[in-house]
Amino acid sequence: MLIRYILKRILIMIPTLIVTSALIFTVINLPEGDYFETLAAEMQAQGEKADMSRIEFLKKEYGFDKPPVERYVYWVAGLLQGDMGYSFEYQRPVREIVGDRLLLTMMVSFATIIFTWVVAFPIGIYSATHQYSWGDYGLTFLGLVGLAVPHFLLALVFMYFANIWFGTSIGGLVDPAYLNQPMSWAKLKSVLEHLWIPVIIIGAGGTAGMIRALRANLLDELQKQYYVTARAKGLPPGKALRKYPLRMSLNFFISDIGDILPSIVSGAEVVAIVLSLQTTGPLLIRALQSQDMYLAGSFLMFLSFLTVIGVLISDIALAILDPRIRLQGAATK
Amino acid sequence: MEAMRLPGLIDESMDILRISDLRIGFTIHGLSRDVVKGASLRVPAGKTVALVGESGSGKTVISQAIMGLLPRAGSITGGEILFRDPLAPETVVDIATLPAEGEGIRALRGGRIGMIFQEPMSSLSPVHTIGNQIEEALLLHRPMPKAEARELIEAMLKRVGFKNPKRAFGLYSFELSGGLRQRAMLAMALICQPALLIADEPTTALDVTIQAQVLDLMRDLQAEMGMAILLITHDLGVVANMADEVVVIFHGEIMERGPVEDIFRRPRHPYLKALLDASPHFDMQDGERLVALREARPRPVVASPPPTPAADAAPLLSVRGLHKTYVTGSRSFFGKGTQTSVKAVDNVGFDIRRGECLGLVGESGCGKTTVSKIVMRAVTPDSGEVIFDDGRERVDVLGLDGEDLRRFRPRVQMIFQDPVSSLSPRMTVMNILREPLVIHGRGDPAEQNERVRGLMQDVGLDIRFLNRYPHSFSGGQRQRIGIARALALDPELIICDEPVSALDVSVQAQILNLLKDLQAERGLTFLFISHNLAVVNYMADRIAVMANGRIVELAPRHALFARPAHPYTRALLRSVPFADLDRKLDFKLAAPGGASDDSHWGAAFRVGPDETALTPLPLGDGHFVLARPSADIRELVP
Repeated sequence: MLIRYILKRILIMIPTLIVTSALIFTVINLPEGDYFETLAAEMQAQGEKADMSRIEFLKKEYGFDKPPVERYVYWVAGLLQGDMGYSFEYQRPVREIVGDRLLLTMMVSFATIIFTWVVAFPIGIYSATHQYSWGDYGLTFLGLVGLAVPHFLLALVFMYFANIWFGTSIGGLVDPAYLNQPMSWAKLKSVLEHLWIPVIIIGAGGTAGMIRALRANLLDELQKQYYVTARAKGLPPGKALRKYPLRMSLNFFISDIGDILPSIVSGAEVVAIVLSLQTTGPLLIRALQSQDMYLAGSFLMFLSFLTVIGVLISDIALAILDPRIRLQGAATK
Repeated sequence: MEAMRLPGLIDESMDILRISDLRIGFTIHGLSRDVVKGASLRVPAGKTVALVGESGSGKTVISQAIMGLLPRAGSITGGEILFRDPLAPETVVDIATLPAEGEGIRALRGGRIGMIFQEPMSSLSPVHTIGNQIEEALLLHRPMPKAEARELIEAMLKRVGFKNPKRAFGLYSFELSGGLRQRAMLAMALICQPALLIADEPTTALDVTIQAQVLDLMRDLQAEMGMAILLITHDLGVVANMADEVVVIFHGEIMERGPVEDIFRRPRHPYLKALLDASPHFDMQDGERLVALREARPRPVVASPPPTPAADAAPLLSVRGLHKTYVTGSRSFFGKGTQTSVKAVDNVGFDIRRGECLGLVGESGCGKTTVSKIVMRAVTPDSGEVIFDDGRERVDVLGLDGEDLRRFRPRVQMIFQDPVSSLSPRMTVMNILREPLVIHGRGDPAEQNERVRGLMQDVGLDIRFLNRYPHSFSGGQRQRIGIARALALDPELIICDEPVSALDVSVQAQILNLLKDLQAERGLTFLFISHNLAVVNYMADRIAVMANGRIVELAPRHALFARPAHPYTRALLRSVPFADLDRKLDFKLAAPGGASDDSHWGAAFRVGPDETALTPLPLGDGHFVLARPSADIRELVP
């Protein structure tokens, strides 16, 4: 039953990805011109003489004289073989460019996710079980502040104070002294010193959102009759809470995994630019601006793929955790 | 307190629970209010005590106080709850003084006092197996090896009526029927062999035949295990059949208490008499009215009732050969999968004459609501015909679409079961009642306002309430708003889907009387759907009984109750508990698999080996019963 369910979900992924890739390709090709025309225009604006024949050659070389459908097929075929294409701007394969930044991005993202969970869970449970207490009001207020303050503003404030109080260098994920050095204990220490700023800033909004969601979900579940039943059996309150309402309120949390996976690799773009982090976020934005077709398209496609995989994982986890999804199946009218 | 410590032997006369002068207050928005005002009652060992009252009378709050499970806003402000365990009769615990989540009360909960609730579905966790939940209760109070626990649990599951206890252990609550869920709850509450079982409306959510089975099981288990039962209910029929002693509670005060014989044969307090008069029962004479506990606002009297149409006129609604099959289960990509189809409606046909009330009775899942939705054009049947004939033109209801359907809609209106969820909480009463007039463009705003005021008076509501929102009304008042909304467009047919099953006995009487009056004044035609035979008996002229998607019997009211022919109808009638000590239920007669299990029906009522379809056979006087065409009519008539 479960295997059948998983197979079905995997099959559904195929049309989803096809539609997504077509959308991404269309959107990126929507603006007038292409990378080479943008490049030529930029060079002319800076007073350099563009070598038009070279640009024509490159256009031909990369198939930009062919109709869009053909280019789309060529791109997708490459993706299927693991070839993400070639970045014109960096003059390197997309895979290498993204790969360089992926490690740092994932480090920031994982730390952020763990920070979010560690902070949001106890606070959410506390708020729900102590509804309308001073503690609940205070934490709710803090959470709303976290939601409402723009991330880039938080980033600037944090950088300023980190520099004043701890002497941490401004921007980046590592002290400039280590920038081009191989990984070492000292460098790792420097990374960790810098890491907490982006983690708190990027995590602030997510944590606040998760506290609100967990509190609301848990409050609903605490009203349910089966929780009364559990207590009527004589279970201690903590155990009754963990086994029944908390377990039920986890469903929303697991569905969230689908969104987490792509956000691990995408890196929070705006914050990353403000903090000048060497993550993938700023890379994507620059690629979109310069119409670096393969870099932008392939990276977006990679994110979509991770989203679909994330949704699959959360669906499977839900099916394992919740027998109603596993056993009841969908009813049709 | 002193008197309680006097000689206490384990004998029948010992009180397990003695509540004296109990006061419980609730603090809501800073205002404290007493919900229970000095209640005193006792539960003797091994006996059943029924705590009877309307909703809001404080009966559930008392049970919560005994379990130490009062909501956060509530607290015991006075009095005592003395619990004496028959296993340790010399010690008396005052539950009222125990800390709310302390070890003392937790040892009693589940261990010595078990509890079951009204809604077995929501009382069991949907993500844990039945076995897991029972095991948890057992191991909490009686630590033992898992294998041993498993044996005990399977024995208990078998005892409460699971045919395959090994398999039942691993099932989830949503895989069980309502009756089996309540049996699982019973197994869980009784696994530690408590001295007291608190049953809070244990059968209110169940069908009558299942109710009879569960009540029977409770009595058997009580005889075996010797526990006392505190039965909380509003159903005097259940009380008459189950209780040894009765306590009547009204607005947090005990009105009357004593042995069941005294209470039923010599009710002293007017409240109990009123409660008995407010519930519909089978012995009512034609034209006899229910007496509501509190009379509603007087309504303006309509002078001349409309003329009743000739009996031979064409029926207002004529339904023929309706079929509707629902497909459930997962559909796979390759067309296979685990699909099962359920025949929700199977060759259903009936007529409703103008000005008549046709009752449609059946247990949950029999398809009666689907039929009503088909007539409303909310569900499309697989096949069949619905003809609406107002005497001027015949309308093929299922053939309507677009503008024709829109123009037909006001002619059939609906009154819903749940008065809470069927009114938008974001609209004032004015908006709710005006909306149908606006949608169908009836009159200008001034006329619409006038019409709304008239409707409010028709259903006995004060027109000053028009600017309020539904949440500020009681359940009965909300149902009146629902009725007014259904009347707004002057429909010719009103479908009432369980209109009073969410209401209390007293309010139920008011609403039923209102519907009867409206019908008499305006010559309305009703399709009245209910699972409650007594209510249908009070309202309907003719009654159709549905089982497994088919109408198995259709008869004028008197004939159905006096000479029920179909085994299903008989099982239903047999299972209704009477509020009468001289007519106790014979619990053992209830069909083992539920009344709708056709393997217990006589051969004449089942499809035979020759596969000929069953047909409605006339028994005379408009009495039909679904049977084999070859069946001998004389044998079918009892």
